[in-house]
Amino acid sequence: MSLLNVFDIAGTALSAQTVRLNTTASNMANANSASSSSESTYRARYPVFSTAMLEQWNFDAADHAPRGVRIDGIVESEAALKREYSPNHPLADTDGYITLPNVNVVEEMANMISASRSYQSNIEIMEASKQLLQQTLSLGQ
Amino acid sequence: MFNFENAFGLHAPALMARGHRASVLASNLANADTPGYRARDVEFRRILGAAKGDLAMASAHYRHLSSEQAGAMDVKYRQPLNPSLDQNTVDVNAERAAFLDNALRYQASLRFLNGRISGILKALNGE
Repeated sequence: MSLLNVFDIAGTALSAQTVRLNTTASNMANANSASSSSESTYRARYPVFSTAMLEQWNFDAADHAPRGVRIDGIVESEAALKREYSPNHPLADTDGYITLPNVNVVEEMANMISASRSYQSNIEIMEASKQLLQQTLSLGQ
Repeated sequence: MFNFENAFGLHAPALMARGHRASVLASNLANADTPGYRARDVEFRRILGAAKGDLAMASAHYRHLSSEQAGAMDVKYRQPLNPSLDQNTVDVNAERAAFLDNALRYQASLRFLNGRISGILKALNGE
């Protein structure tokens, strides 16, 4: 029954978007975590999405099967870390500089809105499919 | 004489095709943020044509594949309207509109089926 596949597909999307929201929250929380060296500084992290075939959909022709989404991994941003002159900071290095994460708060906000919109639209797809299935189950009554 | 096999006409295969299209459209929406994903859709006329037997191929052996088996999963890539930099061609609004349209047509098929069933029940009860 293809309509039941919708729940699997939308479910993979929900978990992927949840991971995306989680990384955004982690980036925002650590936006101001200063440290004394660039190695120990937090770097903004982002999930990498890719298309996934679910195992239970054993269609012969792989090209025709419906597809979910999967997290391939989490990558750390390559952007330059911020250096700030703050000699009174307890973590300042010998030159009086602290290193701040390369988190762009505006970018993170935009990412968060995009993720929550995607989450919502997948929920709505599930809701619509649920109604269709319920009506199908009560067929002839 | 009344034939139970044909009682529901084309509505049962139509429901199956609509259900399949719903899952393809749901895949598009699930992959709205996946880089490189290309939106896909099914050609409804082809699926239904296969169910109706329009595209039936003559076969000389019972184990030959029928066009129904080949056509039922016919999925094609959508022509992108606004391709994005990451090669993703999903237009979320268009996909949601298509999903809504598909759901309404699914409900229409259900309504027709319900009509058929209640007609048959009336005939059986002799009301």
